[in-house]
Amino acid sequence: MSEPLKFSVKSLTRVEGEGALRIRVAENGTVEFADFNIYEPPRFFERLLCGREVREVPDIVARICGICPVAYQLTACGALENALGIAVTPEVQALRRLLYCGEWIQSHALHIFLLHAADYLGYESGFTLAAARPEFVERGLRLKAVGSRIIEVLGGRAVHPINVAVGGFHRAPAAAAVRELLPDLAWGLAAALETVAEAAAFTIPAFDLPCECVALDSPHGYVNAGPDGEARIVGSSGLDIPIPDYERRFRERQVPHSTALHSLLEPDGRPYLVGPVARMNLTRQRLPDQTRRAADSCGIDWPCTNSFQSIIVRGLEVAAAFEEAIGIAHDYRADLAACRIEPTLRPATGCNATEAPRGLLYQKYEIGPDGLIAAATIIPPTSQNQARIEADLRALVPRLLPLGAAAVTQRCEQLIRNYDPCISCATHAIRVVLEGVTPTRPAPSSRP
Amino acid sequence: MHPQPPARRRPTLAVFKFASCDGCQLQLLDAQGKLLALAGEVDIVHFLEARSRVLPGPYDVGLVEGSISTPADLERIREIRRECRYLVTLGACATAGGIQALRNWGHIDQFLGAVYAAPEYIDTLATSTPVADHVPVDFELRGCPIDTGQLVELITALLVGRRPRVPTASVCVECKERGTVCVAVARGVACLGPVTQAGCGAICPAHDRECFGCYGPAEQPNLVSLTGFYERRGHPREQLRRLVASHNAWAPPFRAAAERLADGLAPPASGDRP
Repeated sequence: MSEPLKFSVKSLTRVEGEGALRIRVAENGTVEFADFNIYEPPRFFERLLCGREVREVPDIVARICGICPVAYQLTACGALENALGIAVTPEVQALRRLLYCGEWIQSHALHIFLLHAADYLGYESGFTLAAARPEFVERGLRLKAVGSRIIEVLGGRAVHPINVAVGGFHRAPAAAAVRELLPDLAWGLAAALETVAEAAAFTIPAFDLPCECVALDSPHGYVNAGPDGEARIVGSSGLDIPIPDYERRFRERQVPHSTALHSLLEPDGRPYLVGPVARMNLTRQRLPDQTRRAADSCGIDWPCTNSFQSIIVRGLEVAAAFEEAIGIAHDYRADLAACRIEPTLRPATGCNATEAPRGLLYQKYEIGPDGLIAAATIIPPTSQNQARIEADLRALVPRLLPLGAAAVTQRCEQLIRNYDPCISCATHAIRVVLEGVTPTRPAPSSRP
Repeated sequence: MHPQPPARRRPTLAVFKFASCDGCQLQLLDAQGKLLALAGEVDIVHFLEARSRVLPGPYDVGLVEGSISTPADLERIREIRRECRYLVTLGACATAGGIQALRNWGHIDQFLGAVYAAPEYIDTLATSTPVADHVPVDFELRGCPIDTGQLVELITALLVGRRPRVPTASVCVECKERGTVCVAVARGVACLGPVTQAGCGAICPAHDRECFGCYGPAEQPNLVSLTGFYERRGHPREQLRRLVASHNAWAPPFRAAAERLADGLAPPASGDRP
């Protein structure tokens, strides 16, 4: 070779949002750079939340992402409730977990069946896959529809729910409507377990790259949805901190090739992984029974170090969400008389984290003396995974070079899809930083 | 718009994304069950979020999600317009600039400099604007997000060459249809239902809360009268300004109301009806 090899994908397909891929390999075979380029236009949510009312926040942050609005809403509610000293009732907590289960189901089903499975089965999209294997894609569409239906019953509509409020729900869902979900939920659990078995039989590319995983661990179960006071942030090399310590251990860095900020784990600035694989590696013991048995027998040698197995892991999480949802829907008997605690506004700061479909989502709000939002910090999962994705690309490319350029770009695109990156989420970002600083932002603890 | 009956070959459909949350595209994917019925009739040839195969234009129908907020996107929407026989905008971002249009009242340098450590890497316009500010648009679907039923109706109408049937009445009509007690009258809530276009099914009042206008202004909305009514009922101007300045803040009637409420002008003196 006399020239460095260049690979690029101008527009990544089958991902949510706008991203590109740029790789250059030097003559000696070393990867000079592997950039996962996010060019989605920034939308400045953290700035436009300033001056808004506390009660408006759930409706606004939903618009960061149409795929996972519930994650943004419930994380925001928890952060604001923590700030204002509101303890929502156990019934509201359970309903929020049920709502969150709906979002995990619809988001993962979309990814597994319409975006990701085609890579393993040799089709260019879920459309062509649907033509060849209609029963498979139809099951996926039905799983997704059941997830959306849960969100509709509890949230009022499937995309950008309108019933989520700081302090609870605007209106309690009717008990009958919740119980009517049960037959579909039972079908969904069986269909999800079947999907796990099918995905486990896919031809999975060999790839082994252990990495630092980070997830929330809550004694209240695998799917957590807000402030339960006991969830901690844990990592595979011993990290174990309460949520309010998040900004002391994680640092965001701006890079030239992305409108999303990269996150690194301090003190040594390591990339880390959040999302289904990280959760499953760290908190598998919290899975409900049937899903835990499926996890033990699906053929993954835990901890999972091959991101190409993530499609199986997402299947397991769909099953877990159905299993948890069945328990909650079964126990929900009466309409809640008081489904919302009215917040009493005062100057305060509060943070919260939950597990969005794509991983740990952290938010922090400062409420000013006027009762309005004075400052907001939102750190979505995809921006946390960006550095990890690029590290994976640098490791993968040299092994693929003998296969030729087409295989390199195709496999690298698939690698990025393994993470189900939500580029719209990653690019909501803006944050207040000191003037005149270098592109590496100061650690939050060093701020005045 | 005067849609023509489709030619023999399957009409081509292309989907384009600008500054947005993907929610309207997700509604399109959710409509897939219904769209599969149409799939024999329409060929989706450009839909990055859903498929790897990308065919070049021209296209019969272009669906656009998102607002125009970068110099590159300004150029891209003009190219897309040239490639599409019918251009349809989907949702609050594409039709009104979206919630990100709130920055249109601020100074972009404050947003950028206060935010990204190295703002020179970020390519952005000072404003987030609707597609129709830059190119002619044949039809727009409102909502944040759009309604799946309206989307299927639109595509069906274009396929058979008739005008799409999409409501232009206000959310109040849908509240009456579903028998929801008026939250503004009965509970004193400041609700945008009287000036907001129908299409959502009036879900917010049905959940004991105000409509916050995510379908944008209805035909001939009277915001002076409505906000004056709420003001006389004791709702602070600032609260009302925030209510109209949200997901469709840059839609002209809402924008005018927001600016009027921010200016501190006195409310109209007479009349007590919204």
